[in-house]
Amino acid sequence: MTARMTSRHIRTNISTRLFLVISGIIIIAVSTSCSLDWESNVESGNRDQILHYGNGEEPQEIDPHLTTGIPEFNIQLALFEGIVSKHPSNLGIEPGVAESWDISEDQLIYTFHFRDNARWSNGDPVTAHDFVYSWERALRPELGSLYSYMFIYIKNADEFVKGKIKDFSKVGIKALDERTLQVELNAATPFFLQLLDHHSYYPVHPPTIEKFGGMLKRGSQWSRPGNFVGNGSFVLKEWKLNRILIVEKSKTYWDADKVKLKEIYFYPVQNNSTEERMFRAGQLHITSTVPNEKIAEYRKTNPDSLNITPYLGTYFYRFNTKVKPLDDVRVRRALSMSINRKQIVEHITKGGQIPAYTFTPPNTNGFTSVAKFKYDIEAAQKLLVEAGYPDGKDFPNLEIIYNTDESHRMVAIAIQQMWKKALNINVTLANQDWQVYLENETQGNYQISRAGWIGDYLDPNNFLDMLLTDGGNNRTRWSNSEYDANIAAAALAVEKEERFKLFQRNEQILVDESPVMPIYTYTRVFLIKPSVIGWDQNILDQHPYKYVSLQAD
Amino acid sequence: MIKFIFIRLLQAIPVLLIVMTITFVLIHAAPGGPFSAERAVPPEVIEALNAQYNLDDPVHVQFFIYLNNVLHGDFGPSFKYTGRSVTEVIAAGMPITFELGLYAMLIALILGISAGVIASLKPNTMQDYVPMSLAMTGICLPTFVMGPLMVLVFAIWLDWLPVSGWGYIPGDKILPSLTLGFAYAAYIARLSRGGMLEILSQDFIRTARAKGLSTAAIVFRHALRGGMQPVVSFMGPALAGLLSGSFVVETIFQIPGMGRYFVQAAFNRDYTLILGTTIFFATLIIIFNLLADIVTVWLNPRLRDSSNSSN
Repeated sequence: MTARMTSRHIRTNISTRLFLVISGIIIIAVSTSCSLDWESNVESGNRDQILHYGNGEEPQEIDPHLTTGIPEFNIQLALFEGIVSKHPSNLGIEPGVAESWDISEDQLIYTFHFRDNARWSNGDPVTAHDFVYSWERALRPELGSLYSYMFIYIKNADEFVKGKIKDFSKVGIKALDERTLQVELNAATPFFLQLLDHHSYYPVHPPTIEKFGGMLKRGSQWSRPGNFVGNGSFVLKEWKLNRILIVEKSKTYWDADKVKLKEIYFYPVQNNSTEERMFRAGQLHITSTVPNEKIAEYRKTNPDSLNITPYLGTYFYRFNTKVKPLDDVRVRRALSMSINRKQIVEHITKGGQIPAYTFTPPNTNGFTSVAKFKYDIEAAQKLLVEAGYPDGKDFPNLEIIYNTDESHRMVAIAIQQMWKKALNINVTLANQDWQVYLENETQGNYQISRAGWIGDYLDPNNFLDMLLTDGGNNRTRWSNSEYDANIAAAALAVEKEERFKLFQRNEQILVDESPVMPIYTYTRVFLIKPSVIGWDQNILDQHPYKYVSLQAD
Repeated sequence: MIKFIFIRLLQAIPVLLIVMTITFVLIHAAPGGPFSAERAVPPEVIEALNAQYNLDDPVHVQFFIYLNNVLHGDFGPSFKYTGRSVTEVIAAGMPITFELGLYAMLIALILGISAGVIASLKPNTMQDYVPMSLAMTGICLPTFVMGPLMVLVFAIWLDWLPVSGWGYIPGDKILPSLTLGFAYAAYIARLSRGGMLEILSQDFIRTARAKGLSTAAIVFRHALRGGMQPVVSFMGPALAGLLSGSFVVETIFQIPGMGRYFVQAAFNRDYTLILGTTIFFATLIIIFNLLADIVTVWLNPRLRDSSNSSN
């Protein structure tokens, strides 16, 4: 009724017509200033082999010794190559800069033989001396590499980082000649080769580093387009802050024949809804994530574009084992036993996550824990009675802290309700800014905290050594001497069976003492156009670009 | 007039100093720091980093070092974006945010003033209610609803315009400018309606009508100048708001402007970037307010005379 009156009025009025004309001009200007049939990035990209990749955040830096994030690593994987690399689907160790290597019988000395055609992007050969220089740089405390701890398996590396040894020649890294590198370890480290593909182990080009301020200069200009020299399958072409980073195929890369993509465009899209819209409009081939509420829709209407794969990471809660009542193992076990993990992944996270009943994700390099955390409300209630809180009577109010994020909040609410229902106890929730949360967690200023751990390398040790007494990542203030001894023994063990036995025992200790409460194993959920070929699924979500290509329609 | 401007500029110095001091104290009081990380880092490394960025000095020493650098035009390196200076980050984002703000302002002015003027000509009729209800909707509808809605209609359903970007694909500047512009158009419509109503009821307008002038001549030659005064005073803060508050639109449309740093820097505890952007925006707000005041004085003969006589 009103609408009809309104339109009649507008039609009859001269000045309103003026208003309409102006609005009309704007709308016409809007619609004509762009061509209506523009080719999408995906279409042109498929034709020209240009991959458009939603990469989450603006990279802090692309210097491999100064970054810690995944968006940065996604770029570094294109720009650098380690001594070894990984198979795109089974993650087996493949030759990289080294074409072969020997391992001494006691597994303490690794000798790498470099291929003769490994080249930097300026044409210089990649030598063993370059690696010695690069690793010294990564270890020098003055540079402040946050990942220097990845080197602690190398003889004297830890002492060097901590400043106890000043002379780098005492560290177990030597160039025997131009093309032979020898590394001496503290102990047999069966996953050592796995580490070598981590970005902290990537080489940098010494003359370029020296030209732009030297080994110890943070924030030097060497990693800018024009200055940049790398040894990967791609080379930096353009980098516009917060807008785009473009890499192009390297002409000097030893395996260039295999590289099919011509360019990769990395877009720093932080907002996942924006990213999803860009994907839908054909501006991106691959996104970094998918908004939770869209997953069901994609499952239904566009399952080919939705990628859900297990990811080497555990979502868990830490218990502060030094505060009452969490210092009582019965309370911790009761809490852990009374949450329904299956419900959490099915109704809250919805991204195909796997309920976690072990701390190390199942099948981590062949290791799956036998001991399992249980879901058993009756047993939980009994434990709580034993601990002196029958039906939650007199149980102190606990607080869960989590960093501000909608899905963390939803999980915490679910757990709060599960505990209330099963144990009749009250828990309050506190969301905190990331930095505040980190500070409270590291200072032990919390009762229960939400946590997540994504593996750096494919070995159970990467998860289990976290909970060592006073370990920097432990933060639960839990300590168990048998557990510590097992980790130490596993580091010295040469045989796989022996190591895994020790890890099995430690998983059992974690179930018995429950300093942490695993909730689910992460999955990587993202969107990908079916035209992307060779983006093989793997548990580390690493995709060496030399195996990737695009299929034109 | 010159004295007026000079005094205002002089007043800006203590204002900026206070803004800077408060920001400095607040960010150093906030928990965490630029190098706190989820994964444990050897304390030796953190010490080395703190030493490099003077973070191991007492806070007041850090403040004076910073103040001294700023006076020499050096806003320091960004903590998060290693290798980029704060000046570089601001210089990269600013032109884009300015451009976006300018287009949005133009859209806001054209739409807002026309709607306001039209409404004011026949108050309390449909000709008033329709544009004013639209304006009310515009005020109530936040950009984070408006933006995705426009994208859905124009970019995804109709496929006329790109979903995101700024200068990558022809036409990608249109939706963000419109989204940001609409919110301000709504305010301007209401303000210009109010301003016009007041002027249109004055004697000199009645005289003009009595002379038999057309509505258009009355509006454009006589009423608009006075009627726009509230809009002009609003433009100072509005421009500052457009520039510093484009965060949402920049995020929705993936625009590499300044707004994102302004917000992100605080989460990252990127001390120098927080300070740099805060000082920068504070300066802008002071300048825009001053400009708005000057234009207001220029538009209003009464104020102009009093400011002249006070000289």
